[in-house]
Amino acid sequence: MILSIYNFTSLTDKFHNFLLAHMSEGIVLATELIVTGLLVITFVAVLAMVLIYLERKVAAYMQLRLGPNRVGIYGTGQVVADVLKLVLKEGITPDGADKLMFNLAPYVVLSTCMMALAPIAFGNGLVLWDLNIGVLYITSITSLGVIGILIAGWSSNNKYSMLGAMRSGAQIVSYELSAGLCIISIVVLSGSMQISDIVNSQADGWWIFKGHIPVIIAFVIFIIAATAELNRAPFDLAEAESELTAGFHTEYSGMKFAMFFLAEYINMFVLCAMAATLFLGGWMPFHIGHWTSFNNVMDYIPSPLWFFGKTFFIIFIIMWFRWTFPRLRVDQLLDLEWKYLLPISMVNLLAIALMNILGWHF
Amino acid sequence: MTLGNYFGNIYKGLKSLAAGMRLTGLYFVRRGDSLTQEYPENRESLKLAERFRGEVVMPHNESNEHRCTGCTACELACPNGSIKILTKFVVNEEGKKKKAIDTFVYHLDTCTMCNLCIVACPTDAIIMANNFEHSVFDRTKLLKVLNKPESKIMTGVE
Repeated sequence: MILSIYNFTSLTDKFHNFLLAHMSEGIVLATELIVTGLLVITFVAVLAMVLIYLERKVAAYMQLRLGPNRVGIYGTGQVVADVLKLVLKEGITPDGADKLMFNLAPYVVLSTCMMALAPIAFGNGLVLWDLNIGVLYITSITSLGVIGILIAGWSSNNKYSMLGAMRSGAQIVSYELSAGLCIISIVVLSGSMQISDIVNSQADGWWIFKGHIPVIIAFVIFIIAATAELNRAPFDLAEAESELTAGFHTEYSGMKFAMFFLAEYINMFVLCAMAATLFLGGWMPFHIGHWTSFNNVMDYIPSPLWFFGKTFFIIFIIMWFRWTFPRLRVDQLLDLEWKYLLPISMVNLLAIALMNILGWHF
Repeated sequence: MTLGNYFGNIYKGLKSLAAGMRLTGLYFVRRGDSLTQEYPENRESLKLAERFRGEVVMPHNESNEHRCTGCTACELACPNGSIKILTKFVVNEEGKKKKAIDTFVYHLDTCTMCNLCIVACPTDAIIMANNFEHSVFDRTKLLKVLNKPESKIMTGVE
């Protein structure tokens, strides 16, 4: 199969064997951890800059503006300038704040969202940690982030922060249900929670095409729930500039604020990558059933390109949501989850299970 | 709430959301109708709304005539005293003495562009111009005389 041309396992194996030839096994593990850690940090920093630039440009274009266009070519230097500004700014800790918790919260938020990157398959064989409960791991790790947000809100000793954090908690707890049910529906279809198995189960077509209408419904619900979990508009009640100044990060400045900002964008990437992996086949090229020659042509496009293409497509959709829809009220937000998304996704899960048992999918 | 209502609501909601997304999607794709003007670069082709208030000017015609009778309605209407009219008496061709403006003093530095003087003017002698590049290093340069030297009132304007 041509798919093996772009298999990254040989590359990573070569690196592993090269290290093994020079040092003992324990040191090899340590080196590999450090190297992957550095790679993740670099990736996260670059990704956040790209996403912020993209967000500002998409927002501007949708509002008939031009967006950043002064610094660098097409305003690309603006992001670098903003990052430099944030790094150089003073990080103020308020007098009334719980000093330890206040300074700990950004690290909790950032480290959880970086941990969630581990089981994501960026390409064929390009996975940090392909564990057998990958999907469950990602959902549980991303929901840990809310602890960081609650710590930030509580320790700021500020009513706006506190309200924002509580809202964020209520929102994430309720929307995780329907997001989880949508994930389970794909786990039912592919029969595994391992990311690599889920991707391989889509070798003859992505689930969104193979699974008929129920999977499309699950996809839409997952995108809505993901937007809510990210605290992004139209579900940005946790930040709510008009009521709570900036919600849980009202008191943060400089680099600590930048870490919340970074975490927000990385979480967006993680959830969009999840949606791409579950519904659009992750790094799997566009395959149609048993059209071998067509599939082989598609295999010539490298798998990371497919993965990032799909992920950025979903990110674009989420940005499109943000710059189109008005914000929901708290009661409307909970109405949407408990009266609409949750019952629909439950029935939908049953439909998908039935479809899987009867073998109605392709 | 009946089941029909429930699904009807979902359908209506999705439809209106799709309509909104269609509009922003069109904006995103069609780059031509961007509203932003890249100001210092497009100084020559800058488009401003006609009702934009830049400063008060007094238009003069080719023979250096304006329409101001010196009635001081604008001076009275001005909420912060930005207009000061000094009048003089001139003898017209019939030999009568008539009031006319000597200098129309306009303080651009205190003007708030409230448009009340333009509304108050009975003869439409003053209008709002679009020019907005008023930056100067010396504040006294913002004290302007609106009537041109040697200008006269248009015949027929009372």
